[in-house]
Amino acid sequence: MNQINQSGWKPGTPIAADHGGDYPTVTGNKALMLEEPLLFELGTAETCGVDLPAPDPKASNRLGPMARESDIGLPGLSEPETVRHYTRLSRQNYAIDLGLFPLGSCTMKHNPRLNEKVARMPGFADVHPLQPVDTVRGALGVINELAHWLIELTGMHGVAMSPKAGAHGELCGMLCIRAALEARRDVRQVVLVPESAHGTNPATAAFAGYEVEDIPAGADGRVDLQALKARLGPDVAAVMITNPNTCGLFERDMKAISDAVHAAGGFVYCDGANFNAIMGRVRPGDLGVDAMHINLHKTFSTPHGGGGPGSGPVVLSEPLCPYGPLPFTARMEDGTVHLVEEENADQFGHTHSFGRMTAFHGQMGMFTRALAYILSHGVDGLRQASGDAVLNANYLLRSLDDVLDAPFGDAGHCMHEALLSDHGFAEGMTTLDVAKGLIDEGFHPMTMYFPLVVHGAMLVEPTETESKATLDQFIAAMRSLAERAKAGDETLKTAPHHAPRARLDEAHAARKPVLAYQEVANG
Amino acid sequence: MRYLPLTDADRGAMLERIGAPSIDALFADVPAEHYLDGPIEGLPAHASEMAVERHMRQLSKQNLAAADAPFFLGAGAYRHHVPATVDHVTQRGEFLTAYTPYQPEIAQGTLQMLFEFQTQVARLYGCAIANASMYDGSTACWEAIVMAARLTKRHKALMSSGVHPHYVSVAQTMAHFTPGHIDYDLPVLCSNAGDDKLIARIDEETSCVVVHYPDVMGRIPDLPKIAEATHAAGALLIVVNTEPVALGALEAPGKLGADIVVGEGQALGVGLQFGGPYLGLFAITNPKHVRQMPGRLCGETVDADGKRGFVLTLSTREQHIRREKATSNICTNSGLCALAFSVHMTLLGEKGLAALAAENHRLACLAADRLAQVPGVNVLNDVFFNEFTLVLDTETRPLVRELADKGVLAGVSLGRLFPDGDGRENGLLVTLTETNTEEDIETLAVALQEALAEGDLA
Repeated sequence: MNQINQSGWKPGTPIAADHGGDYPTVTGNKALMLEEPLLFELGTAETCGVDLPAPDPKASNRLGPMARESDIGLPGLSEPETVRHYTRLSRQNYAIDLGLFPLGSCTMKHNPRLNEKVARMPGFADVHPLQPVDTVRGALGVINELAHWLIELTGMHGVAMSPKAGAHGELCGMLCIRAALEARRDVRQVVLVPESAHGTNPATAAFAGYEVEDIPAGADGRVDLQALKARLGPDVAAVMITNPNTCGLFERDMKAISDAVHAAGGFVYCDGANFNAIMGRVRPGDLGVDAMHINLHKTFSTPHGGGGPGSGPVVLSEPLCPYGPLPFTARMEDGTVHLVEEENADQFGHTHSFGRMTAFHGQMGMFTRALAYILSHGVDGLRQASGDAVLNANYLLRSLDDVLDAPFGDAGHCMHEALLSDHGFAEGMTTLDVAKGLIDEGFHPMTMYFPLVVHGAMLVEPTETESKATLDQFIAAMRSLAERAKAGDETLKTAPHHAPRARLDEAHAARKPVLAYQEVANG
Repeated sequence: MRYLPLTDADRGAMLERIGAPSIDALFADVPAEHYLDGPIEGLPAHASEMAVERHMRQLSKQNLAAADAPFFLGAGAYRHHVPATVDHVTQRGEFLTAYTPYQPEIAQGTLQMLFEFQTQVARLYGCAIANASMYDGSTACWEAIVMAARLTKRHKALMSSGVHPHYVSVAQTMAHFTPGHIDYDLPVLCSNAGDDKLIARIDEETSCVVVHYPDVMGRIPDLPKIAEATHAAGALLIVVNTEPVALGALEAPGKLGADIVVGEGQALGVGLQFGGPYLGLFAITNPKHVRQMPGRLCGETVDADGKRGFVLTLSTREQHIRREKATSNICTNSGLCALAFSVHMTLLGEKGLAALAAENHRLACLAADRLAQVPGVNVLNDVFFNEFTLVLDTETRPLVRELADKGVLAGVSLGRLFPDGDGRENGLLVTLTETNTEEDIETLAVALQEALAEGDLA
């Protein structure tokens, strides 16, 4: 008998819990699911997680009359508290690193960590945008090398690298078009946009000063070529088309559309959000496109980061290139790269630029990541990637179209995303319910209620970086949810049941917006 | 290919379910004459992680990193020490590889962070409400001008000559395509920020007055005075700040009469990155203006069980709902940069921010005094925070290049920012942060003195 160990411990067999039971905790935490207060409830103005020299209160200053006298109200945390605060918050997020994130049109593919490592190399991360050009040749080299790939992959003439995101790229392309029209003193007021377009397209056209008109779609989910032709005329500046379109279909008539628009004196803008489906398989330049933005954060896998930063370089046709924004990069015959800015635009013949869209050169940190991604794949890998992306989407479509309505399922193969609808759901059951049910099954929901042309749309984009096993599990979950929605399973109405939060009250949030933390008054 | 999980056996089985003979067959809608049968010629094939890293490292080495030289550049992009914790947090996959938080039940991490970020920015700027960030300072500035035009129904934006010329250029570019008009004069090299001249140009057409604080030459405009004149004319005051650390030492613009405060948040957490991605900050003092504000907003609410939670809200202003009637065409923010800013600000807190600002200002004062002793060098500014302008009797662009060849990144030549000369080419903008040492200052002073002396000989 061991007289020392009086602990009473011995190996045991667990007792099963009552799974209907609630088991509340004092803290509100549930094991690994940890509640986290706001920074403003945790920190104090006196706490600091950085060691800095204490200011000398007697030191003279040259701040002048604007020197600060009032408090700011910024609480701080020590370093361990900071790490814990954000680590706890991070665990309330779904992410690609955790599982399938099949948001249609968003291209949530794996983000390789090599790209993160490369972006942090000191020659990229720790250089100032206004350093003398001779001290940043390598950074310009990255811009140039990426530009070369983008031009080759799209079959276009040149590329404006500075736009900060997709919508900024759209604006860049539309401003090039407007500048080109102004240069020939051609006043056109209208931009045509399909009903199925991303909301950014009409918003961008309006921001560029145009009136927006819809182009109707045909029954097969594609642009109605005849209706478009009938509308073209001397008032139409441009047509904005997404190809592959937001129904997940390739616009078969793209070249005919471009030819008709050009014949009518207009330009063709292509929304490149869905370029991931076709890279290495068809070049927009061959289809008559004049301008197209490329979302580096979609197609070329720079991380979405919870909503940005993005990066939206715009490839341009030869007629639009002279109008591209500054700064521009020019590659000389000897291979050297030069930065074209306001001061030296003459020297490089870039004299018609419509101006500057942003301070500095664009999203360098995204360029390095995108280039590392492209070089890793190579021209063969990129082609395989688009093929696998399309294969995965078609596999989902054909594994679900017997239990869910596929509005254009008869229109042929889809591209990189599968479009489904709520047709056939029981009364009161919605796309939102299915989406929230997916959360409980451990998946991020698909894009909901977009495109607007399909009722209760569910747009599913798996991307090429998902395995067949993951897709099969997702298919099983979707099939189960489809059956529950059709059967009117009321438990779906209150899903998710296992997420850090139940459904949030969005109406309450908008009615009397609380957009910043307010200290609760004492007493 | 290491990023593609499908095996050939998988592909075969999947094609069988689809009923297609090959992957190429899935592209049947692409007209045959435009379909590429094989890889595009002339581009390299896939490469290993090691090979890509080697190639990128070669490119990286062709740049002179700020850490490898005495470094004095600013002008809208600042080099501060970023605590290691910041990068650790932003590299967490749950933040890095998440999307815009459109499914709030599984995005509370991003949403709560954005709510905290908005609060930090609002307080730093002395404002009521801040949005969840924008592309960068220059685009945020233009969006503020557009917002002011919507609120005042006027279209003339008066931009102070002290505003960063890239910001002016962005506004001029955009204004060309809208009913807006930008009233702007190039700056003159004087210690006075030109407040009275600016005020004299405000009229009943003016929608907004845009002031940079501290300005592109490091000068500090008198905001209350400008605010009074602006408001008297029925216009709005937009204050641009590109160095948030300055607000640890200077009064918040929102407390000095600004209606909209915008800026670049890069200085905290984000790093230089050759100009991007950066972090556009946007805040307003009057909560009633919120529905005219661009950009995403995160708001507090409750879930179905009554627990506090956060959602994106007021999206009826945004493009995905309003389409061509939206307040802006922007649909991303700069989420990861906002996270970096917020973590850095959390580590600092009020005490740390004040100490950081004090250290920046101390070093800037030391540098200004030391550089003023160099023959042929005059310090323009009477007041400044961590950035001031030197006036030389020679062009500073070649000088900056020459000093770079000697391994000193001496500052930003005003000739680079204002290519059209008129005296500005003799200005050199010098910035000091906590990353500079007193030895750096001495190195710069000596190098400057030598270069100027050689110039005399030449």
